[in-house]
Amino acid sequence: MNTFEPPIFELSGPGKCGVNLPTVDVPLAELPQELLRTDDLAGFPELSETEVTRHFTRISQRNFCIDTGMYPLGSCTMKYNPKVHEAAARLPGFAALHPLTDPAHAQGALWIMEQLQSMLAEISGFDAVSLQPAAGAQGEFTGILVFRAYHHAQGDPERVEVLCPDSAHGTNPATAAMVGMRVVEVKTDHNGNVDLDDLQSKLGPRTAGLMLTNPNTLGLFDEHVQQVAELVHGAGGLMYGDGANFNAILGIVRPGDVGFDFMHYNLHKTFTTPHGGGGPGCGAVGCKTFLEDYLPGPRVCHVIDSDKFELFTPPHSIGRLKAFHGNFGMIIRAWVYIRTLGAAGLREVSENAVLNANYLRVKLQDLYPVAYDRTCMHEVVLKGQLRDAPAAKTLDIAKRLIDYGFHPPTVYFPISVPEAIMIEPTETESKRNMDAFIVAMRQIVAEAVEDITILKQAPTTAPLRRLDEVGAARKPILKYDPVKFQELRRSHAAATSDEQPERPTY
Amino acid sequence: MAYTTPDNLLYARTHEWVTTDGEELTIGVSDYAQQALGDVVFVELPDVGQKLSKGQMFGVVESVKAASDVYAPVNGEVVAVNEALLDAPETLNSSMYEEGWLVKIRPSNFAEDRATLLDAAAYEKHVADEASKH
Repeated sequence: MNTFEPPIFELSGPGKCGVNLPTVDVPLAELPQELLRTDDLAGFPELSETEVTRHFTRISQRNFCIDTGMYPLGSCTMKYNPKVHEAAARLPGFAALHPLTDPAHAQGALWIMEQLQSMLAEISGFDAVSLQPAAGAQGEFTGILVFRAYHHAQGDPERVEVLCPDSAHGTNPATAAMVGMRVVEVKTDHNGNVDLDDLQSKLGPRTAGLMLTNPNTLGLFDEHVQQVAELVHGAGGLMYGDGANFNAILGIVRPGDVGFDFMHYNLHKTFTTPHGGGGPGCGAVGCKTFLEDYLPGPRVCHVIDSDKFELFTPPHSIGRLKAFHGNFGMIIRAWVYIRTLGAAGLREVSENAVLNANYLRVKLQDLYPVAYDRTCMHEVVLKGQLRDAPAAKTLDIAKRLIDYGFHPPTVYFPISVPEAIMIEPTETESKRNMDAFIVAMRQIVAEAVEDITILKQAPTTAPLRRLDEVGAARKPILKYDPVKFQELRRSHAAATSDEQPERPTY
Repeated sequence: MAYTTPDNLLYARTHEWVTTDGEELTIGVSDYAQQALGDVVFVELPDVGQKLSKGQMFGVVESVKAASDVYAPVNGEVVAVNEALLDAPETLNSSMYEEGWLVKIRPSNFAEDRATLLDAAAYEKHVADEASKH
C-alpha cells in the first residue's frame, strides 16, 4: 500500500482513451478560430477509464482523514462529522434549490435559516444573527466593519485602534489591518490571561474595540474576561468575541452574558462540517441589539401576520459579505447538529471535549512540559522539549506520530510557546483511542532517549518518508517537470532502497 | 540552547544585533533568534533610502515555523540591504553575524539610541529571563 503513486502524466500512453464516441453522422461544424487553444497540448495525459479510476482511488486511500483516524489538530477542531448531516444537506429540496428562487417558493429553506439564526443567538446570548460570512476570518472582518460603522454613527470616527492579545490567532490583527484599523498588541500574563495592567495602559479615546478568543489560543479560559469587558467598555470600546473555540463552552458560558458585543461562530468547527481541505465554512455572526442594524444581509425574518419567512437587509447594513445566502449547505448541517443534540447534548459536547483534553494533559505532562500549568479547556499546549532527549524537536515528534498511525497535532503554534505541540482531541475521540495516542507519545520519548535517529528519520512508513519542507519553501518546484521529477524519484529510491521499514508496534 | 553573542555588537530586546562604530551601522538578527526561528525560507527587506525610527518594523524573516517581524534598533536611514539574502535566505542561518546581515543604516541619533541597547552579557540575561517565562 505504501508504494509510490506516479503522477497521472506518467501513466499516459498515446492513443488511450476513456470513452469512445460514436462516429459522426452529421456534417462537422467548425469551431470559431478565436476560441481554439494555441498553446501546446502535447503531454496532456491519455488514459483508459480503469486507469483513471484506479489512480484517483489509490490517491484517495492515502488520504488521512477524520474518518480513518485520530486527527488531534489543535485550534482546528477536527471532530467527527455525523453522516446524517450529509444526507440532510444532499436532500434534493435543499441541494437543487436555485439561489434566485422566489422566497415564496423556498419557505422550507428560509425556515431552516431563521431557526438557525434564533438557535445560535440563544446558545451564545446575543439578540441577532447573520449567516452571511463564509468562514471565521470573514466573520471577524464583518465584526470590525460593524464596529467601525457603529463608531462613525456615534460621531466617534477617531476610534481606529483594535486591541489584540499576543496569543491571538493571526487572523485577528490581519482583520483589523484589513478594515484600516491600527493593531495594538496586549500582553498575556503569567497565567495565560490578558494582562490587565497592560490592557489598561493601551485603552483610550482611540480604542475601537478588543478582539478576544475565549477560551484563547493557549486552550485557556480567560479568568478575567468580565473585568476585561468592563475596562474596554469603560474606555468606550466594543468587545469582539472570536468564536473559534466556542466548542469548549456550549451550554456553559454565553459570550453575550459576559460582556461581548459581537461574535462569530465557526459553524464548520463547533457545529460540524467536513473541513480542513479548504472546503466551505460558515462564519455566522451574532450581536447585541444596538449593533443589529449594521449586520450584513440578507437575513431571514418570520413575519407573524402572514406566517411567512422573508429576506431583508438591515437599514444601516455594512452590505453583503457573500453571494446569495452564505454557504447554505453548512447552515443545514449545523441545524441538524443542534437539533440532534439539543441543549443537554450540546453541553455534553463541551464537557467531553474539555475532559478529553485534560485527560491527555494529565497523562502526558510528566514527559512533555505544559505551557501553562492549569486546567485547560478543549485543547492542551505542550512543549516538545524532552528532558532526557534535548536533541528531539517538536517537528521530529510530530513526524514520528505518523508512523504510529496518528495525524500529528498542530505544531509551532501558538508562536508565543517555544516548540509548541497543540493537541485537541475533541469530544468524539474514545478513551481507547486516546490511550493508544498516549502510549504512542510516551513511546516516542523512549525512542528519542534510546536512539534519536528513529525520530530524525521519521516517518519511515509514509510513501515518501520525511519531506524536505525547507527545500520546498526555498526552492519550490511549482510545475510538473518530467525530468526533475524523475531525478527526485531516483534520488529518493536510492536513499531508501536498503531498508524495509515497519510500523512500530505497541 | 547554546548560542553565540559576539562582544563587539549591541543587541535589541527584539533580538536584532547592530554594529557600534562607523558612519554606517550593520543590522542583523542574533544567533539565538535564528535558532529559535529554525530554517529561514524567505526574507523581506526595506527599500534603500527608507527612514526608520527606532522600534519600527522594517522587514520580515520567515521560517518553516513562523514569520517574524524585525525592528529597527536605532533611528536612521537605510543605505544598503543584503540582496543576496533574497536568493539565499539560508545564509541567515549559517552566517547570522557576517554574510547574513539584513540592512545597513546611517544612524541619526546613535549616541542616544545606544544607551537603550544591550551589550552581549545583558542580552544573554534578557534571553534567559524570557526563556524562564515559559
